[in-house]
Amino acid sequence: MVTPPSYESRQFERRPGIRPRQTLGRRLDAASRAALPAAIAVVLLLLLHAPLGLPAQPALLLGAELACVFYWSLFLPRVMPSPVVFVLGLLVDLLGTGPLGLSVVLLLIAHVAGIAWRQALMRQGALVIWLVFAGVAALCCLIEWLATMLLEWRLLPPGSAALQFGFALGEYLVLSGPFAWCMRVVARPHG
Amino acid sequence: MVRLSIQARQALSRLVLPGLVLAALAVTLLARVAPGPAQQLRAVASDAVAPAYSLVGGPASGVRDMLATAVSVLHVAHENAELRAENARLRRWYDAAQALATENVALRAQLHWLPQPEPSFVTARVVADTGGLYDRAVLLSVGPNSPVQRGQIALDASGLVGRVSQLGSRSARILLITDATSRVPVMLADSHARAIVLGTNAAWPRLMYYPQDVMPKEGERVVTSAEAGAFPAGLPVGTVHYDHPGTPVVIPAASLDSLDLVRIFDYGLTSILPPDAPGRAHAAETETAPPDAPRAAAPAASHGLLGIARANAAGLPFLAHLLKPVVAKPEPAQP
Repeated sequence: MVTPPSYESRQFERRPGIRPRQTLGRRLDAASRAALPAAIAVVLLLLLHAPLGLPAQPALLLGAELACVFYWSLFLPRVMPSPVVFVLGLLVDLLGTGPLGLSVVLLLIAHVAGIAWRQALMRQGALVIWLVFAGVAALCCLIEWLATMLLEWRLLPPGSAALQFGFALGEYLVLSGPFAWCMRVVARPHG
Repeated sequence: MVRLSIQARQALSRLVLPGLVLAALAVTLLARVAPGPAQQLRAVASDAVAPAYSLVGGPASGVRDMLATAVSVLHVAHENAELRAENARLRRWYDAAQALATENVALRAQLHWLPQPEPSFVTARVVADTGGLYDRAVLLSVGPNSPVQRGQIALDASGLVGRVSQLGSRSARILLITDATSRVPVMLADSHARAIVLGTNAAWPRLMYYPQDVMPKEGERVVTSAEAGAFPAGLPVGTVHYDHPGTPVVIPAASLDSLDLVRIFDYGLTSILPPDAPGRAHAAETETAPPDAPRAAAPAASHGLLGIARANAAGLPFLAHLLKPVVAKPEPAQP
């Protein structure tokens, strides 16, 4: 009689089914696909810091990062885990000149919103998701405005925050299409 | 390896997110309490990412230049006419400048004028626009072992850009004159009146605190003054413009929206340093002035607002009470 292998003697299989053997190449492939969304966020960060001469370029940064974090947290949370969001926010703050730690909080808010409402929003259309993102972006822009005033002890015009919010709405629309393509083709090609 | 039960793993996974939020708040508080290590960390991060900025920004700048060239092709005829007229004006100014230079040399020889030593400078390329929504700063890539120091003055080909506010081993952050915490003591070229150029995070900083009996004229040149020992006298800042009646602003002479190459000059004026970061006007570490730096009678300060306020106590009293520091520590008086 053949005794079944014990729990300690075999690897615990989280996903049943027949899969190809996990060679080094396959592991690297899977890791690079999983790292793509974070890499896109970092490249956007570097690109928006480059001296491109775009009008109101500083107002584009937070919206782009919020769109990245919210989208991937909502649709594919395993590629945008909380520690990655933390590091991304820290990078945004270290490369900028705002209060250190503030962008971390803002990106974690977007991440929590994406994860918490994932079940409800997955059944909704793109317009509803965009409206939810608009609410999240408005909250984040407001928090940034208030926190910057409080931490740096100076009054700031609300127009900049409103402009940033407007750009965030547009950036989500612009980025969601390429993100959807990335998810289908690269990040999760087999569904 | 410790094996955890499913319930333990689920409990830990639920604690990760609140833990990260608390860590983010802790980082914010620590950066306020101890800004020195935070600025050092920022400098290290800037040093690490500066090459990546060049890699990413290079193609983007190339595309921008191509688009600009393509747009300029559409206006070739009009630009040609403007350039011909400007060339004719510049030729007349060139002849005048030659005559003035010759006269200047003759007068200097007659007066036995001793020329001042030329300030040394370092040329650096702007690799990133690191200013956020509420501040204005750019990042320069400087080589290792460069003589750049905090507080040195940055100029481009046309005028004043700002001052070095943060320095790493391979990068330097320049606080622009348009930043909300920037205060530049200036002089109006025609009336010789003293004033202050205040950054407002907008493209054109405001001109304020000029004498009541002086009205800045539209187009009047604005140059730095040597008040408070923060800037040398005579550096071009910009020209006066009235955005609204009674509200003069300064159109910067430097091309702050399209900075490429910047020169950082060492005038030996490191007694008043710019804030560590935009908005941080309090002194984290007191840095006393070097003994041979040209200074006013007031004690030295490490940050702009406090230093200007104290230095002007001996110079221009009307500025001292207006330029109030946000947070300040009492500093020892210079001997």
